[in-house]
Amino acid sequence: MINPAKTCQPIGAMYAALGIKGCLPHSHGAQGCCAYHRSTLTRHYKEPISASSSSFTEGASVFGGQANLLQAINNIFSVYEPDVIAVHTTCLSETIGDDLPQIFNKAIKDQIVPEGKTVFGASTPSYIGSHVTGFSNMVKAMAALAQPSDNKNGTINIIPGWVEPSDMEELKRLAALIGAKIMMFPDTSGVLDAPLTGTYSMFPGGGTPIDKIKDAGSASGTLALGEWCSADAARLLDTKCKVPCSILDMPFGLQATDRFIDALRTIAGSSVPDEISIERGKLVDMMSDMHQYFYGKKVAIAGDPDQLIAMTEFLVSIDMCPVHIVTGTPGKKFEKRIRELTGEMDCEVNVKAKGDLFLLHQWIKNEPVDLLIGNTYCKYIARDEDLPFVRWGFPILDRQGHQHFPTVGYTGGLRLLEKILSVLLDRKDRDDPEEVFELVL
Amino acid sequence: MTKAQKLVQWDPHNIKAKMLEKYPPKVARKRAKQIMINEAQENSTPEIVANVRTIPGIITMRGCTYAGCKGVIMGPACDIVNLVHGPIGCSFYAWLTRRNQTDGINDTHSNFLPYCMSTDMQDTDIIFGGEKKLETAIQEAYDLFKPKAIAIFATCPVGLIGDDIHAVAKKMCAKFGDCNVFAFSCEGYKGVSQSSGHHIANNQVFTHIVGNSPTEKKGKYKINLLGEYNIGGDGFEIDRIFVKCGISNISTFSGNSTYDKFASANQADLSCVMCHRSINYVADMLETKYGIPWIKVNFIGAEATAKSLRKIAKYFAEKELIDRVEEVIAEEMPAVKAAIKDVLPRTKDKTAMLFVGGSRAHHYQELFRELGMKTLSAGYEFAHRDDYEGRHVLPGLKVDADSRNIEEIKVSADPELYNPRKTAEEVAALEKQGVDFKEYGGLNPIMDEGTLVVDDLNQFEAEKLVELMKPDLFCAGIKEKYSIQKLGIPMKQLHSYDAGGPYAGFRGAVNFYQEIDRLVNSRIWSYMQAPWQKNPELSATYAWE
Ligand code: SF4
Ligand code: SF4
Repeated sequence: MINPAKTCQPIGAMYAALGIKGCLPHSHGAQGCCAYHRSTLTRHYKEPISASSSSFTEGASVFGGQANLLQAINNIFSVYEPDVIAVHTTCLSETIGDDLPQIFNKAIKDQIVPEGKTVFGASTPSYIGSHVTGFSNMVKAMAALAQPSDNKNGTINIIPGWVEPSDMEELKRLAALIGAKIMMFPDTSGVLDAPLTGTYSMFPGGGTPIDKIKDAGSASGTLALGEWCSADAARLLDTKCKVPCSILDMPFGLQATDRFIDALRTIAGSSVPDEISIERGKLVDMMSDMHQYFYGKKVAIAGDPDQLIAMTEFLVSIDMCPVHIVTGTPGKKFEKRIRELTGEMDCEVNVKAKGDLFLLHQWIKNEPVDLLIGNTYCKYIARDEDLPFVRWGFPILDRQGHQHFPTVGYTGGLRLLEKILSVLLDRKDRDDPEEVFELVL
Repeated sequence: MTKAQKLVQWDPHNIKAKMLEKYPPKVARKRAKQIMINEAQENSTPEIVANVRTIPGIITMRGCTYAGCKGVIMGPACDIVNLVHGPIGCSFYAWLTRRNQTDGINDTHSNFLPYCMSTDMQDTDIIFGGEKKLETAIQEAYDLFKPKAIAIFATCPVGLIGDDIHAVAKKMCAKFGDCNVFAFSCEGYKGVSQSSGHHIANNQVFTHIVGNSPTEKKGKYKINLLGEYNIGGDGFEIDRIFVKCGISNISTFSGNSTYDKFASANQADLSCVMCHRSINYVADMLETKYGIPWIKVNFIGAEATAKSLRKIAKYFAEKELIDRVEEVIAEEMPAVKAAIKDVLPRTKDKTAMLFVGGSRAHHYQELFRELGMKTLSAGYEFAHRDDYEGRHVLPGLKVDADSRNIEEIKVSADPELYNPRKTAEEVAALEKQGVDFKEYGGLNPIMDEGTLVVDDLNQFEAEKLVELMKPDLFCAGIKEKYSIQKLGIPMKQLHSYDAGGPYAGFRGAVNFYQEIDRLVNSRIWSYMQAPWQKNPELSATYAWE
């Protein structure tokens, strides 16, 4: 594989675990993985990422990591005092075959888990799937903490998928406007967008309280956003706790947001307030204002399946032509879905799951595009091919703002359109020869 | 943090006690030996424990062996294709994340740094073995790039399932004939930190590349610069100075390196060691096998740079070079002096802490001294005892199980290429003049009495240190950056320089002065409190102007 469009499971598990209140993610393996995951998340969010490691050395790698994990749990509760430790495995501990539930039982038996504290874990071998799989596995492990309940409390579980803290905040805002009682997990808002105040707390106030997650079985239903990120957890809640679920696309762009809002108001039994309809109207207005610049423009996009599906639909809805679409995450369903979404477009579409950026670059060389959308690594392609480029996805290592400005929902849609139009017109202003260079565009 | 709060008095013993307070007894005992108070003792200097295992669950700054091998040492070589054998992550995270600038592309016409190549192992490979897949990937890399060399790196699972990467490398190397293929057993669990990875990498470079260059390197005063990684263009600045002095840098290990530069290292007449930790053994091997002596240098800090240049000139003992070096120093220093004069009133008496790497926590104190700043506490992330206490402790160091993981390579004088550059008498004479060969005094002696030296500082201890000692500046890596800054203390990354640099040499020093001035005097930190937080009392009536 050359120039991957994916990375490994644990980083997704680590990000998901940060969305639990007072939770320390723990990487069960050698310390390098944890260091790499923390560094990458830190560079993306520009926020402290606390996570610990079992720090395997050769002995642990041969005899198993139980002793290391028990020692780690004890040290973590003594020194950092989290409410929750969310353990994920690495390729190393998976290859050895460490059995997490058995080690947790031993920890409880040995009384190193203090009263009222939670230790749980997910198996996240990176030789299967991608970072998205790891996120999904950790969210599923959260769902597994929930117990069946006959006491339905009228709450709607929302599983947002791997979106930015700002996006999670925006989803909560929309739900509050509709008046839906929701319990969202994970929720990294308030964790990875913390203010600068002169004090540092390893566990800032945000995140979903673990008790609420454990109570997810009392909800009346689950809305899972994104098949790849969130569906497994929702289905588990359905089979285990009889909480019915709907799997929706991530609400990026007009139509996906429409479906999300419509589903939410239907389950909540409330009506959509004018505020939201006005926001929607503004997005439609901007789509019509900008349409002339978008029409027929070819786009290449790389990223994660759930995001790409919603983005493809959005681009098609403004009459752009997403012609090259690559995700590193496996899944035949992805290609099929993209084909459906682009079926009406009258140009050839290249789509690949389990692809890489090298392939995307080759495609672009063969069939040039007007715009590239993807994570920071795509900037090498953008530079080589001199393409207008919008950074969107994970990781973004060279620009800031994504943790604060949402791209979900209608207002998020406005932001996406603004970004796209800016790079297209900046390019035009840069390239237009003097004879045709114009003030008003 | 306001000025009033800063007038704290502290006693290092107290601080140490506070750092250990919360630990379970076993952890406290272990950490106590890695936290050293720099104070005179009756007949000895204080000892520190270093290069020992990280404690599970304690949030360390360290990375793994693979990171040290692939990321640090091999990362910068622009014309060697790096292929990582393992699941995707390890390769992804080491992809362009070290700031490896290179101008090697100008003479090699190939730059593979932007490429991330991995065998992307799947579960079937873990079960049935990944050698076939590795072979295919090597072939693919060869067909695609036709490189001079392909380097294979093993990540954790590879060691466990027992793929013989060296055999595959050998086979492919023989098959191609015109491409050197070699492998690194740098599984992350193989050592206690990056340091073992440096060692594994350097051993293989020495075994498979050094001495292989088909061309004779011309030029006067030929040196190797060992342990310089060209972060932020440091190497470019040092090379600029070398060129100006007429010194020929044959090979830098490994900043801005190329295959041929590595291969020519045996042609130098002196090895200059920057980062003692990551490379001293290569200097030793170059001496044993080829007869090239080595000295310790440091190009961080303007004074240190001048001193190092003079040391090199002294070694070559030719008036032409000695004079030229003086001329260059005289030319470069005025700009440095002017910059110091400008910032000194604002940086003087400020305080810093540095926890980074295996040499930078030492070297950067030179720059802080030039800024009139005091280092309150410092330590390394992955150094060994000799980097703290000096090389005189080397004979007494025990080889533990983790160090044994690093394959020892036996080196002896090369029957054809061994050529002692100086006779024993010349060496003795030079030593008399102050050119100390094979000598490094370590970090501890340069630190003030009563300062704290902490090995493998972790997140909890960092926070405690900052809280109690309230430095004006904290230096470490990306993982530490934002937790320190949330405390209102500016933080400078000394691994990646926060996208700044160069900081080496004369121009680098000027850059650094300005950067530190910016950091310790920035008004940003004064905005943390809102007006209503500073004066929470509600006044009875609002006074309309
Ligand atoms: S070993 Fe596995 S978990 Fe660790 S960084 Fe590599 S791919 Fe990720
Ligand atoms: S798997 Fe091993 S080699 Fe890879 S990052 Fe983790 S510790 Fe390092």
